[in-house]
Amino acid sequence: MADFDIPELKETLEIPPLKEDAMAHSKPYVAKAEFQEALGFPGELIDNWEDVAVKKLGELKGKFRSLQVFLDSCVKCGACTDKCHYFLGTADPKNMPVARQDLLRKVYRRYYTFAGRFFPKLVGAVDMTREVLDEWYSYFHQCSQCRRCSVYCPYGIDTAEISMAAREIMDAVGLGQKYCNEIIAKVHKIGNNLGLPEPALADTLEGLEEEVKDDTGVDIKFPLDVKGADILLVTPSADFFAEPHVDGLIGYAKVFHETGASWTLSSYASEAANFGMFIGSYENMRRVSRRIRKAAKELGVKRIIFGECGHAWRVAYSFLNTLAGPWDFLDPNYPVPQHICEYTWDAIQKGKLKFDPSENDHMTLTFHDSCNVARASRMGDKPGGQLEIPRNIIKTVCNNYVDMPENTIGEATFCCGGGGGLLTDDLMELRVKGAMPRMAAYKSVVDEYGVTNLAAICAICKTQFAKVLPYYGFTMDQIVSVHQLVGDALILSDAPSEDAGDEADDE
Amino acid sequence: MPIEVEGKTIETDEEGYLANLNDWTPAVAEAMAKEDGTELTDAHWEVINFLREYYDEYQIAPAVRVLTKAIGKKLGKEKGNSKYLYELFPYGPGKQACKYAGLPKPTGCV
Repeated sequence: MADFDIPELKETLEIPPLKEDAMAHSKPYVAKAEFQEALGFPGELIDNWEDVAVKKLGELKGKFRSLQVFLDSCVKCGACTDKCHYFLGTADPKNMPVARQDLLRKVYRRYYTFAGRFFPKLVGAVDMTREVLDEWYSYFHQCSQCRRCSVYCPYGIDTAEISMAAREIMDAVGLGQKYCNEIIAKVHKIGNNLGLPEPALADTLEGLEEEVKDDTGVDIKFPLDVKGADILLVTPSADFFAEPHVDGLIGYAKVFHETGASWTLSSYASEAANFGMFIGSYENMRRVSRRIRKAAKELGVKRIIFGECGHAWRVAYSFLNTLAGPWDFLDPNYPVPQHICEYTWDAIQKGKLKFDPSENDHMTLTFHDSCNVARASRMGDKPGGQLEIPRNIIKTVCNNYVDMPENTIGEATFCCGGGGGLLTDDLMELRVKGAMPRMAAYKSVVDEYGVTNLAAICAICKTQFAKVLPYYGFTMDQIVSVHQLVGDALILSDAPSEDAGDEADDE
Repeated sequence: MPIEVEGKTIETDEEGYLANLNDWTPAVAEAMAKEDGTELTDAHWEVINFLREYYDEYQIAPAVRVLTKAIGKKLGKEKGNSKYLYELFPYGPGKQACKYAGLPKPTGCV
């Protein structure tokens, strides 16, 4: 199945014996000039790239105070070393968070610290060379920016921010990653990661309306570009395109239908994802976000709700106001933005939704906390809401639910292995190996409690699991969308009576 | 990585997708499939032809539900699902079938 070794899933997570340079060969395809230029970067590696890279680092550390603090404050205590899923899965010591940080830190020291300028060898400072750049390209594309290491760092050093800075520097000298940059260029041009134009989106949504009508007998709408709707739903374009994502989208539509909401999607802002964050580019992140502002204004909506997408929710929850605010034209009675889980949970609490959880009785569920939701955002009005609300929803709509071991969920959650702009076929070895800690935790509840499925609220997690589950002896359909569970158990009050249907339950 | 088809050299990108979509002929699909050790049957061609028709109209590959629905309509309901498509295209209907059909690779979180 694979031309690399698939890690064994052990009962306890062990620190692997080190294998130096085990992943030195791993690097993603380089972005073509047309996509680099569309993002405002040089098309290819520029002549004086060493100077430009060093200057860019200086600019970034000045602009983002946190970056300089992170580069200065590491005391090499080692608390982070065994916390990264890529390290645990690959055994490559450069995938220890501290070692990854040091790839940038050693250049920072050489050019921006007294000791590094005059006594580089004493403090491990090195010149910006081609060798260093190649190492950056490899290992800063082995970080999914999941921030698990930062939870255990006594100083709170955030490797994600360091890897974002490194990618931004590489883009600035003309060395960008194909997967992320091609996608961002498509968002700028067409409005979503897929490059799905309006007519195709309209056709896809129309097909879904027919499908849901066939299944339920109810006219459930998937409105597009409806001016004057109350709610603008911004969701990852994978929700239109892929499985199991689309079943989540059907779930949102059913919830909106049942609550009587007036809602719409936008063909202009047809993407929740914002890969500008993955490449550390404030400017691109801003351009992507401003599409949402423009759509919200043009459609005249009162609220914005985000669908199931992990890093989109981080950008939305934490940065949207700075990037694309102020949102004073929206209804001040609602938070800006809201998560679809907040909307659904609120409707459940107000008694607006009725469920038959036995519809999900063929499954025993567990929940995978997506890194950006768990560690970089919140839901609801209480700390930890982003962990509790999705679980509360699942427990409302399913009878069988079990959590994975505590040190692998919540703020300690392990990344799916495909986040941070690494969800690409050219990094498959990394993705499979990096999924090992999550797969081991999943296997433990499969073996002990008979768990059959894993639910998630992130498009990347869903695609990643559909791809890597089979490497570990599971099947791709074991990953489901949270709102798929909601949609399947939801009792539609205007559904035709049961005995009118000829398709009896076949479970 | 260029591929040789009927004596002509055809450019592809790093991942084996056509560099120039106009280079596509049925023989290109056959040659790509052969490289993966797959023999294209009528069942494969039903999918490939639909993908090309859809792309002609919409400039994008169809979403999975659009594809399964179309195949279900043509070949019967029991084949209108992604399980059937994965049997035909084990590397994923979205990606493998698009490659043979001469379409660009779907991008994003898919």
